[in-house]
Amino acid sequence: MLFWVALISVVVMLGAAFAVLFLENYLAATAAISVVSLALSVLFFVLQAPDVALTEAAVGAGISSVILALTLRRVGLWRIETHKDKQ
Amino acid sequence: MTESAGIIILSYCGAIGLILLGVFAMVMYRHLIRIIFGLMLLEAGVNLFLITIGYRANAVAPILVDGQIPAAAMVDPIPQAMVLTAIVIGVGVQALALALVVKTYQAYRTLDTQELAQKLAKETGVDIIEGTPVYLPSPLAAHKQILEEKST
Amino acid sequence: MNLREISSLVFIVWLGLLLGAVLKIVAYDNILTGGVGTYILTHAAPELGAENIVTSVLLAYRGLDTLGELTVLFVAITAAGLVLGQRRTDAPSDSDAGFILRTAANLLFPFLIILGTYILLQGHFSPGGVFQGGAILAAAFFVPILASPASPLHHRVSRLVEGLVVATFMIICLLALFSDDAFLALLLGKGSVSQLFSAYSLPLLHIVIGFQIGTAFAGILARLQETEASD
Repeated sequence: MLFWVALISVVVMLGAAFAVLFLENYLAATAAISVVSLALSVLFFVLQAPDVALTEAAVGAGISSVILALTLRRVGLWRIETHKDKQ
Repeated sequence: MTESAGIIILSYCGAIGLILLGVFAMVMYRHLIRIIFGLMLLEAGVNLFLITIGYRANAVAPILVDGQIPAAAMVDPIPQAMVLTAIVIGVGVQALALALVVKTYQAYRTLDTQELAQKLAKETGVDIIEGTPVYLPSPLAAHKQILEEKST
Repeated sequence: MNLREISSLVFIVWLGLLLGAVLKIVAYDNILTGGVGTYILTHAAPELGAENIVTSVLLAYRGLDTLGELTVLFVAITAAGLVLGQRRTDAPSDSDAGFILRTAANLLFPFLIILGTYILLQGHFSPGGVFQGGAILAAAFFVPILASPASPLHHRVSRLVEGLVVATFMIICLLALFSDDAFLALLLGKGSVSQLFSAYSLPLLHIVIGFQIGTAFAGILARLQETEASD
């Protein structure tokens, strides 16, 4: 049972990490990094570390993503649609 | 293969994958925000690695029930305490890095490291070829020229 | 592909092989024998009366590490605030969020405070503790700012709270130094297991450190929020 939970969370985590690297839109990448943190907190729970899981969910998925999103707003990358003129 | 062994192998693979993806982002991308994304992935991977090292097969979380030490073995509590502090310090470092990114953008209006290097080269008179600063024969003259351009 | 990218890829492949070697040497069914981990697992509950062993490592056995960690966090947040600088008074502020968001933020505020305080206070006998509770408290104070940016956080008040909290922490440590001849030694009684007021001065340290982390996070979030937008 726990094995399948771990398998699903690892797959979600690595998929979201790939998305962080290859998504063109920075807002979407920020959302993906939040997903990485959430899947990681599930994995921490499977590894019998409930304290670390709570911290990762509150700090990693919450505060850290909000800090990133606020920065994106300040540097003019807060766009819903992807721009093709980059790269 | 028991269930615990499967969980350990899976989490090691996840940690290694996160670390490699983070290093990949940090060395291959030129955009500063992407580099910070890579830093965050790397941090997450290292935290997962430490927690996996502390995990024991068929163990329970290090919390007592009704004040009694449970019959099953408990996982190692010390990596967990270290990772708790590491997560919070990671967010502090990330906040500092992002504040520097905001200021860089306000000063140079770009976050691409190559464009930044070109702008810096133009300002200081030091030529930059493939990311390495190369001193011109007379950087002083170029600097003087820039100063003259600014004053006129 | 230039030379730099090729060498980077070679480095990444090498790092992957190096880390993959861990899978070869790891023991899959090892039981913890000996070492400081076993000592703490068997001695923490009788010595401290705290049921959550991670918390007792964090605040009692490795308390000085946590003090150093708070210092690192404080310096990082202060440096970030210094880099971002003060807001110009005549800068235009963002417009308010919609009605639903503002009402929801006002409704959410007391519940977030209660949840954060609860997680803070019960950290020594169940999962939870300083970092989680501090983060939730910071979120509680930040959500109203996000809903209506025109009403900023009072930085003076937040700095005052942070300073008071750090001073309280140092006073607790110094009291321990004078009464027990050891910095950060445990004060008060052991109490009975799984009560709120038990485990020496751990609940006190919880409140203090949790508030410090909460004010630090809320301060940096508010500073980032009120930096002038540049489009």
